[in-house]
Amino acid sequence: MTVLYFAWVKEKVGLSSESVSPPATVATVADLMDWLAARGAGHAGAFADRKLIKAAVDQVHVPHSTKIADAREVAFFPPVTGG
Amino acid sequence: MSGIRVQREPFDPGAEINGFCARNATSGGIANFIGQMRDFRGPSRGEGEAVATMTLEHYPGMAERELADLVKDAKGRWTLDDVLVIHRVGLLTPGEAIVLVATASAHRGDALAACAFLMDWLKTKAPIWKKEATAGGATWVEARESDEAQAAKWTAIAPKG
Repeated sequence: MTVLYFAWVKEKVGLSSESVSPPATVATVADLMDWLAARGAGHAGAFADRKLIKAAVDQVHVPHSTKIADAREVAFFPPVTGG
Repeated sequence: MSGIRVQREPFDPGAEINGFCARNATSGGIANFIGQMRDFRGPSRGEGEAVATMTLEHYPGMAERELADLVKDAKGRWTLDDVLVIHRVGLLTPGEAIVLVATASAHRGDALAACAFLMDWLKTKAPIWKKEATAGGATWVEARESDEAQAAKWTAIAPKG
């Protein structure tokens, strides 16, 4: 699946996107955050406080409990501030 | 009818509203909201500090889709002849318009309510982020809980039957 990062999450991770293949035990958005946080210091910093992170699966806002088995694209970003 | 644009290019809100009125000549009520970039910081983060530029980042595809969903929701709640939403992304300087929402209806009630609804929900749903550049550096604008509360008020109002 493709993982996208936006705003300060992108800056902390140091990537705007990456292609990943997590194991089947990574079942939810929350699991994916745990798994990604272990990839390096940048990722760990970005995911240090999960309360600050919003997620979208295939471009739809979702809670962290959402299953990702069929996801093609998962995005992580701070609460939005447009308008 | 509706139009949704997420664009890097500046736009002229007056010209857009004039065009919107012209193409909806049979609508008795046109409402609009313009959000523009101000040159100072608001309360809660270095109030009054000068802001030189603002950069808006968005999630291409999802931003447009979220706005389209909100417009569809608004059209389910009120009787609207037309809706226009324009949102800037990229680099902005003070005084430039960030967002324009315009609604056309037979009368003012539906036009005004739909315009307020769209702005309230746009601020909590559209995946767009602001970064302000000041003399001290650039920082991401933090979301305000009051924006969430403002949007949530509309959930108590059922769509029209």
